[in-house]
Amino acid sequence: MTRDELLQKLTEMDFMAVDLALYLDTHPEDAEAIAAYRQVIAAADTLRLKYEESYGPLCSFRSDNASDKTWQWIDAPWPWQKDFNPSMAGKECV
Amino acid sequence: MWIYEKKLEFPIHIKNPDARLAKIMIEQYGGGDGEIGAVLRYLSQKFTMVTPQAQAALNDIATEELAHVEMMGTIVHQLTQGLTKEQLIQSGLDTYYVNHGFGLFPSAASGVPFSASVLQSKGDPVTDLYEDMAAEQKARSTYEYLIDLTDDPDVLAPLRFLREREIVHFQRFGEALDIVRHHLNSKHYFDFRKS
Repeated sequence: MTRDELLQKLTEMDFMAVDLALYLDTHPEDAEAIAAYRQVIAAADTLRLKYEESYGPLCSFRSDNASDKTWQWIDAPWPWQKDFNPSMAGKECV
Repeated sequence: MWIYEKKLEFPIHIKNPDARLAKIMIEQYGGGDGEIGAVLRYLSQKFTMVTPQAQAALNDIATEELAHVEMMGTIVHQLTQGLTKEQLIQSGLDTYYVNHGFGLFPSAASGVPFSASVLQSKGDPVTDLYEDMAAEQKARSTYEYLIDLTDDPDVLAPLRFLREREIVHFQRFGEALDIVRHHLNSKHYFDFRKS
């Protein structure tokens, strides 16, 4: 998987988690949605680790790697910068 | 508290600078029905909301709106990268430029700075949830007007995503309102002994 593909896949999984969590806020007893949420979270965690291994920390709070000598958080572009993101032209749900 | 994740909720990569689009996109950043207003509205209302479901909905939707503030800021920022002097003058973005350069300033497309007067926090759970549902519809309409005025597919993709989210949030607030109504209509007894 290229960086763009990995980031896109992780973004998809995290988005599903956000959306399912909002649904669960008003449907806390929906067992099917809870099962789906857990599945999505597990898949996202796997992708996040994979991304962070190659492209640096995603979260300053818990992504520090003990083997790094310098503060990796400030490396790599920020998400609002063009180079961080793949183009999503035509890839959104319409 | 909040924890920052170093990615957008939906990726944005705009190849072509466009001063006209930048000028109108700022509406959903700092305009009356924009994302900053949404964040402040829900984060302020949550303190007096009732029922765990409605409290969670306000807290978590506000959190997602923070990510939308970042997305709209990103759209405006990327649209202004590489603009020429002529493009600035022709589009009328020059009146913004003289005050803010290419800095992101929370304001409407008309130039009016963001003000908390666009939102309400009433301390009444039913009133607040109606306000929230209206806010989601108003933001959806604004996204539709922005989509009408946009041809660039790099800009359309995130706009369509954000429009969809307004619809989902409206749905969640509607469910929260049902839950709150049921809660308020059910029998309560009040224990006035101090614990």
